[in-house]
Amino acid sequence: MTFLQLNDLKVHFPTDDGLVKSVDGLSFQLERGKTLGIVGESGSGKSVTSLSILGLHKGGRAKISGEIWLDGEELVTASQEHVRSLRGKKMAMIFQDPLSAMHPYYTVGDQIIEAYRIHNDVPKKVAKKHAIDMLGRVGIPQPDRRVDSYPHEFSGGMRQRAMIAMALSCDPELLIADEPTTALDVTVQAQILDLMRDLQRDFNAALIIITHDLGVVAELSDDILVMYGGKCIEYGSADDIFERPEHPYTWGLLGSMPRLDREVTERLLPIKGSPPSLINVPSGCAFHPRCAFEPRTGGKGSTLVPDLVETEGGHLVRCHLSREERRDIWATEIKPKLES
Amino acid sequence: MVTYIIRRLIGALAMLFIVSAVTFSIFFVVPRLAGVTPDDIANRYVGRAATAETVTAVAEKLGLHDPVVVQYGRWVKGVFVGAEYDYGTGVEQCPAPCLGYSFVTKQPVWPDLVDRLPVTLSLAAGASVIWLVIGVSVGVLSALKRRSIFDRGAMIIALAGVSLPPFFTGLVALSLLSYGLGITAPGGAYTPLTENPGLWAYNLILPWLTLAFLNAAAYARLTRAGMLDTMGEDYIRTARAKGLKESKVIGKHGLRAALTPIVTIFGLDVGILVGGAILTENAFSLQGLGKYATTAIAANDLPKIMGFTMLAAFFIVVANLIVDLLYAVVDPRVRLS
Repeated sequence: MTFLQLNDLKVHFPTDDGLVKSVDGLSFQLERGKTLGIVGESGSGKSVTSLSILGLHKGGRAKISGEIWLDGEELVTASQEHVRSLRGKKMAMIFQDPLSAMHPYYTVGDQIIEAYRIHNDVPKKVAKKHAIDMLGRVGIPQPDRRVDSYPHEFSGGMRQRAMIAMALSCDPELLIADEPTTALDVTVQAQILDLMRDLQRDFNAALIIITHDLGVVAELSDDILVMYGGKCIEYGSADDIFERPEHPYTWGLLGSMPRLDREVTERLLPIKGSPPSLINVPSGCAFHPRCAFEPRTGGKGSTLVPDLVETEGGHLVRCHLSREERRDIWATEIKPKLES
Repeated sequence: MVTYIIRRLIGALAMLFIVSAVTFSIFFVVPRLAGVTPDDIANRYVGRAATAETVTAVAEKLGLHDPVVVQYGRWVKGVFVGAEYDYGTGVEQCPAPCLGYSFVTKQPVWPDLVDRLPVTLSLAAGASVIWLVIGVSVGVLSALKRRSIFDRGAMIIALAGVSLPPFFTGLVALSLLSYGLGITAPGGAYTPLTENPGLWAYNLILPWLTLAFLNAAAYARLTRAGMLDTMGEDYIRTARAKGLKESKVIGKHGLRAALTPIVTIFGLDVGILVGGAILTENAFSLQGLGKYATTAIAANDLPKIMGFTMLAAFFIVVANLIVDLLYAVVDPRVRLS
């Protein structure tokens, strides 16, 4: 049985302006020890997806449908209390900005101790020793002293390490990292990514990395899921996505990625336009207003919602262009520009 | 932390000094600028029958002709070592701390203030506990049950509480509960806590509720806004992501942060209140500092007003100091900066 499986997950928020379809029919699978990168612009639904897996939208205004299977248990219909008992223990999360994600009034140690003692009935002393161990494991120097520091006394990278220590304190089997390096300096980003790779190997957890930065997923992911307007528009192995991408939006993401090996005089190839409104989603393919190849679909782009179709061996694409057209455009128009 | 405390202490002392200088100037310099002569002031002390020469002599003896700085220095000296006042009919003693000497009642101000203080302290202590407990709990519930009937009802009552002055709510409460139903004391009576705690509370319950209603309303609104803010913070999401029970997310993570501004306001409010709950004391004829102040103002008894003002300022400065220190305990980020 698959460790984590999402079937047609929908997360809709009723608002005064209309129904916001943050996630609209998302399905994927993830095994233990594997890493899935979820990529997309702000508002594409990637964070809402992760919060839904953790059950943090339960009991709120969100309307959730579909299925989330975690290790044989269905979570969408499970009770709030049951999902709470899994949170932190079976599945844990690392957030984007560790300064705002940690409570400013409690020491880093207290916050890790709290996370540990929710799920482990141990005296505070034992939990503190565990917290010091965890801080040491994530590479914080002098953990026995830093355990009593407050978050604001840590640097950004140290805070993110502490956040990771907190998330890993109960040895979770599923770890979700939401933009784990976005708030950090570039040099620190690489260290944190290395750390996460090492820890994942040690803990053999399933890892979901959510980011808008293809460079981050390139480092870590086995599989990559590209989201747009609440839907998956391309899914495949890291090789598929970087070597043989087939969706115009994915091409756009690759073109917008700054690379050091490129000539300085060259410009990035940004995606024109802005992310779609999730209330008035464009008709047909949600990406069609920004798609340079929309004219080649013969009008289908603006009228029909394309299906997510397997193009070959587990590589899924949601696009009206035919497989041959896409491969042709990639080989002759896009790839040469990216490589020149 | 020690430097922080020392810095705050020095700041508090400096603040008291400035307040006393400014207050003194208002009472003794501004009238002079407006054309009031030292003799006019002395005239109020010696009675109508005195001749101009006597008045001048008294003014001279009281040092009213001296430069203001000298007069202020004498006042400050009086606070620490006491003072003597001689206005013709004999030397009057004003032992330290001498906050002034009333020439109307021929009494030093300080013992009067000390007499009144327990009444005001009792009023402030009881009322503040009631409004803090009610205000914060209603505010938290309102925030958690946002837009529910409870929330809307509580906020309407809170609006009434903030808007209605205590001399109105106090009188309504008195006529309903004391004179109508006869279940509370009719006002005007005060029994020291040490004498009879039951009677003490019985006599004060209505003033407490009146005063608490006013402030509980403000605190409920403040707590509600603070909780709504805090519960949207990232660290609340983190606490939930750890699997923490919702009651602990609210109590330990939410309320702790939302209470910080409440602590500040509470300290200042209590400080102000200890300096005299003027409207409430008047509504219930309680002989506290507030009532003392209104009487002194009505009689235009400058030394009394000055003494009362200084005592009130002292409480506010002390409250401020306590708030600053509490703040450092509550919020670790304050300790460094």
